[in-house]
Amino acid sequence: MQIGLISLLDGLVYGMLLFMLASGLTLILSMMGVLNFAHASIYMLGAYFAYQISRWVGFWPALVLAPVLCGLIGAAIEVWGLRRVHHNGHIAELLFTFGLVFIIGRAVQMVWGMLPMPYRVPAGLDFPLFTLYGENFPAYRGFMLLVSAGMLCATWLLLKKTRIGLIIQASLTHPGMVSALGHNVPRVFTIVFAGGSLLAGLAGVIAGNYLTTESGMADAMGPIVFVVVIFGGLGSLAGCFIASILMGMVQTFSVVIDYSFADLLKPLGITLTANDLLGEILTIPVSRIGPLVPYALLILILLFRPRGLLGTRET
Amino acid sequence: MTSLIRRAFAVAVIAITALCAQPSLAADTIKIGYIDPFSGAFAQGGDASLKMFQFIIDYINDKGGALGRKFELVTFDDKLQPAEALIALKSVTDQNLPFVMSCVGSNVGSALIDAVTKYNTRNPDNRLLQLNCGQLATELTNEQCSFWHFRFVGSVEMRAVARIKSLPQSVKSVYLVNQDYLFGQSIEKDTKRFLAQYRPDITIVADEFIPLMQIKDFAPYITKIKASGAQSLLTGNYGPDLNLLIKAGVDSGLNIRYDTYLGHVIGAATAIGAAGDGRLTSVMEDHENVPVEEHNAEAEEFFKRWRATHDFAFIALPSVTQFQMLVRAINQAGSTDAVKVALALEGMEQKDLFGATEIMRKEDHQLLLPYYEAVFTKDVKYDVEKTGLGWKTEAKVPTAEETLPTTCKMKRP
Repeated sequence: MQIGLISLLDGLVYGMLLFMLASGLTLILSMMGVLNFAHASIYMLGAYFAYQISRWVGFWPALVLAPVLCGLIGAAIEVWGLRRVHHNGHIAELLFTFGLVFIIGRAVQMVWGMLPMPYRVPAGLDFPLFTLYGENFPAYRGFMLLVSAGMLCATWLLLKKTRIGLIIQASLTHPGMVSALGHNVPRVFTIVFAGGSLLAGLAGVIAGNYLTTESGMADAMGPIVFVVVIFGGLGSLAGCFIASILMGMVQTFSVVIDYSFADLLKPLGITLTANDLLGEILTIPVSRIGPLVPYALLILILLFRPRGLLGTRET
Repeated sequence: MTSLIRRAFAVAVIAITALCAQPSLAADTIKIGYIDPFSGAFAQGGDASLKMFQFIIDYINDKGGALGRKFELVTFDDKLQPAEALIALKSVTDQNLPFVMSCVGSNVGSALIDAVTKYNTRNPDNRLLQLNCGQLATELTNEQCSFWHFRFVGSVEMRAVARIKSLPQSVKSVYLVNQDYLFGQSIEKDTKRFLAQYRPDITIVADEFIPLMQIKDFAPYITKIKASGAQSLLTGNYGPDLNLLIKAGVDSGLNIRYDTYLGHVIGAATAIGAAGDGRLTSVMEDHENVPVEEHNAEAEEFFKRWRATHDFAFIALPSVTQFQMLVRAINQAGSTDAVKVALALEGMEQKDLFGATEIMRKEDHQLLLPYYEAVFTKDVKYDVEKTGLGWKTEAKVPTAEETLPTTCKMKRP
């Protein structure tokens, strides 16, 4: 029970972090049809910018400035990069973002070096918020939850209650029609790309000091975010949200499960040891293969519900 | 701001010089082919190693080199892939370099041993020696041992003995966390073996494998460790797997010992910072406060010179010994001929920078050396990576205590 409650909180924090990254990606993917490989690189840039800015003027300005900087970079990538390669088809766009990953990764290494950065949680938030069954819940985790919840509300309000949100939503499904009605769809694309990059940057700012800021952080986060996007379904923020929380929970809870598939078979009277056929695989406890579970779920959903959890399109 | 601009500028200058300048390899240097990851996920380790070796080589060259010739490194990137390392080895043999050296990845080391042995059998007139400066798997000097391979660092086995013997008597329960691949499994196996042998009073409350470099959030593991009531977290993790684990532990108020095998490796100090104060320990061949503790002015001077130009810790003392031995062996052999140098190296004794005697064992070509167990604390003269914290020796494990028998049956030429 006690492990359950703490894991629930941990899973929530991690899930919300995933959502912050995945929401931007899912908007970009569903609107522009571009699987933006460089999304996690922008997340890494957010963390490095936040570190650098917080050294000059402190953490709180960095919390605002770094995401804005990432948003501007996103806009620049869209306007001067993606739009130019757009008429060469999706493959060209895909390769373009793929190349960006390497360029951004290398640039970060050249400017900041290969060592992890000493980017720390601000002193004002470095205390235990409350103690649960003898284990501290750091205030910074609470802050992460707060920021991501605030971002969730803001995005929801923007998309559902404003005119630009309406146009974005329409462009998600019927870009041709929106264009015919006289709206500037390319500009909507730019706004969405910049917005998505801004969110990724924000995720980097608040995760960079909680986890570590180092040149491998983009590679570590990239794959799992794709899983969330595909799992949640194209064009659906709600699906993306559910998928993020689900993946957060799955990853957290799989760690505390010490049972293996072989233990499941025991009540049926079947006892397996590592020496049996497939025994090696079946006797591994779930905690040892936890990070694989999201990918297994991805395969299942692609087999049985290819449009994802709440997806609106088949593609 | 200025340091950032300066660094960006330096990068640009280096890039331009690299493009313009022809590699000016003086004909009379002793060249060492150096294969390690300089790009990819482990580039940080390769890069740090290279800087330490350049420093060591300058130090050795200042003292006259060997046979009046200076040493020179010729670097090759293997991206931590054995296949890439073998391609690099081909370039090394094409250029007729007498030595090949590699530090990172036991799988790379293992592939190189095979390839070098084969090459030397086929090309008796043009053999080369393999210098292992950091591939730790015990197998490399046991089952896989080769006459052409010399290891100048301790094996996993020796590290494990030092780790277990230096655990304080007050520790009665440990929680093992290791990475789920060759190195982590081998650490786990040896930890259990030597715990049973030297510290039967310690209970292993749990033994956990984590997927290599996959976990971002270690909080759930901390919850488990806390619930287990262990007094010490004993781990062979390194890189993000170590940094994130310890950060998560300290954030959640897990006030136990963090006894690591590799907590002193580059990057960990910066990532962990003050969170490790008084709790984080590691076993190592050397650290920068040993000369202060042992009142060794010459060694302190060596480290001071390193610190003047570098912002991370020098942890390659055995590699200094490696070059000191190599100089003597080449001088003794009168040439860089692989067989003659190898025979000269066998059984060689060398006083290291701290004054301890290190021995290159003849039977398996394994260097025997002492270990230091140290704690990460504010209470030191020299800090690490500008964190304000550094290593302070808690226990010294002398060479004789971790000298283990070898199963090596070497084929000699």
